[in-house]
Parts: sequence; structure tokens; C-alpha cells
Amino acid sequence: MEKINREQVQELLNSYQDKKVYIHVEVTSGMYASHLDDQVFNTGMFLRNVPVNYTQGAIRGGGEGQYRVGLKLDNGGWVYVLGLTHFEVNENNEFIMHGFNYEGKLASALEISTKEFFK
Amino acid sequence: MEKERQVLVIFPHPDDEAFGVSGTMSRYVDMGVPVTYACLTFGDMGRNLGYPPFATRESLHEIRKREVEESARLIGLDDLRLLGYRDKTLEFEPPGHLKGVVRDMIDELEPSRIITFYPGYSVHPDHEATAEAVIEAVSEMPASERPALQLVAFSNNTLQDLGEPDIVVNIEGYEERKEKIMAAHESQTGPLLKTLAGNTQESEAARQMWMKNETFYSYDID
Repeated sequence: MEKINREQVQELLNSYQDKKVYIHVEVTSGMYASHLDDQVFNTGMFLRNVPVNYTQGAIRGGGEGQYRVGLKLDNGGWVYVLGLTHFEVNENNEFIMHGFNYEGKLASALEISTKEFFK
Repeated sequence: MEKERQVLVIFPHPDDEAFGVSGTMSRYVDMGVPVTYACLTFGDMGRNLGYPPFATRESLHEIRKREVEESARLIGLDDLRLLGYRDKTLEFEPPGHLKGVVRDMIDELEPSRIITFYPGYSVHPDHEATAEAVIEAVSEMPASERPALQLVAFSNNTLQDLGEPDIVVNIEGYEERKEKIMAAHESQTGPLLKTLAGNTQESEAARQMWMKNETFYSYDID
């Protein structure tokens, strides 16, 4: 993974536009967050292998290396992820964006692929 | 620690065996006891992807599979079973499904002792689902055929509710092997290993916690 390069990520987002793609979306505070600190409210979510078609995808932000990505779907819906810091396209041609927190732990993710992700 | 006919260790995540149980498993292996480790998921939703990151959400299952295979090799296991469920999802399997999986393994292996998590005291929903499945499966067996249960509990209210652990396994002489086993789970254990190797009070506390004894609770059905 490398730190997000805004131009490269925007080009990648453009390349998946107006196609049926599968997404993995994730936000997590970790399963042990409130075990380790009872002042923390545990939250998290993931969506995996959800097919979508977006007509517009854009990357914004970038202050302190943290970016936001929004996908406007063909039915008018949205996919939105905050706190993305790193990206890569892996050997399976999956476009992966991850947000790592200050301890280096995954805090958010948005992944896009024309094929289904590993189940 | 008595010689068992067969020990079955059931946990949901690659590395669950490393911290609290790998010394015990190694001791059983060295006694000539057959030990099976059934690991229900690949731990593929973990948040630790290395620092700086060397894994992604997509490569993690392959990396953690290799890590647990190396861990099993270091423990000396010849029966590692990776069941391949997705991390974080065990509690959402159909009711009774995991119990059936556990029951099939018990029928096949006829373990005299099962090591798993303590239901209600193991924090992570996957741990709880695993523990409940084991308790349900064993509960259905005739009392005379039930394997002994040796359970790991670590929620913050454990000591208050359950008291001191009644099974204490001394792992003196296994420190180096256990450290290697923990190191095998590189994507998870990097910072902890640095702490263990240090000269600080925190390091000494960590060594006391992980490298002297492994502690468990026994559990009687009914």
C-alpha cells in the first residue's frame, strides 16, 4: 500500500464509473475498543460483495493525509467513506483504499472490483 | 497436567492459540498427546495489517493462514484445521450450525479434553459464538462421555465473577518456543513482541503475564 495520491485515485475512480462493480466498505473501532477503554463506544460495519453502479466517483479532502471518497450511484444513492489514507491496486486487479489510524490499525476501507471479492 | 487421549483446541482466530494456550499445547505435544487445533476463521477482518502496512483486507486471509500454519508447525501439531468462516460473522450462522460442526469433530476425534473460550467472559463475539457452540455440543453428550472442558476467560469482570483460575499450567522451559509462536503471527503481534523484549517494568509485567503460566477455568455442564 502507498499513501494516497489524489490524482491517481481519481483516475482509478473514473475507470470504474458506469460499470457494475462490487464494493467492500468498512468502518471499525475494533472489537476490543470498549474492552480496553470503557469510555469508548464500540462501532463498526462492513458491507462486502455488494454490487453497485456509480455514475460519479470523487476523492476530496486530504488534510493530514486523510481523504474522503463519495460514489453517486445510478439510482441516486450514495456510498461515502471518510478517513482514507492508503491505496493500491492488487494482483487481482482489486482497487483498495484503506484508512489507518494513528496506531497503524485499519479504521476504514473502500474497495472496488469488477469481480467478486474472496468469500 | 495429565496425559490425555486427545486434546481438541477450538478457537475462531489464527493467533487465539498463541497468547494463552500455545505453551500448554506444546507441552501436550511433547508428552505425546495428539492435539488438534480447529480454527474457525482466517481472522480476515483484523485491524492489524502491519506497521507500516504490509497486508490489505484482501491479502490478510492468505497471510494469516500462513501465520497460523507456521504457529502450528512450531507447536508441533500435525492436525491443524482451518474451517474458513469469515471473521466477525460466526454469531450470524444459522442456529445450531456451529454446534453441529463441533459435534462432528468430537465424534471423529473423541477428545478427552477440549480447550476453548469461556462463554460470557471472552469479549469478542466470535469467541462467544465459539464457546457457546462447544458448550451446546458437549451438553448434548451423555455425561459419562463428555470431554473435560478447559476454558480461557479474559473479560474485565472475570476475576470478580469466576474467581481465580483453577487450572494453572506452568510453561517454564517453553518461553523461547512460545515467543517464536507469537512472532509467527507477525501481522498481529509486532508491538507486543517489542514490549516483551524490552527492559522496562512494562516488559517484565508482560513476561510475567504470558511466559510463566497459562491459566484456565474448568467448566461443569449442569
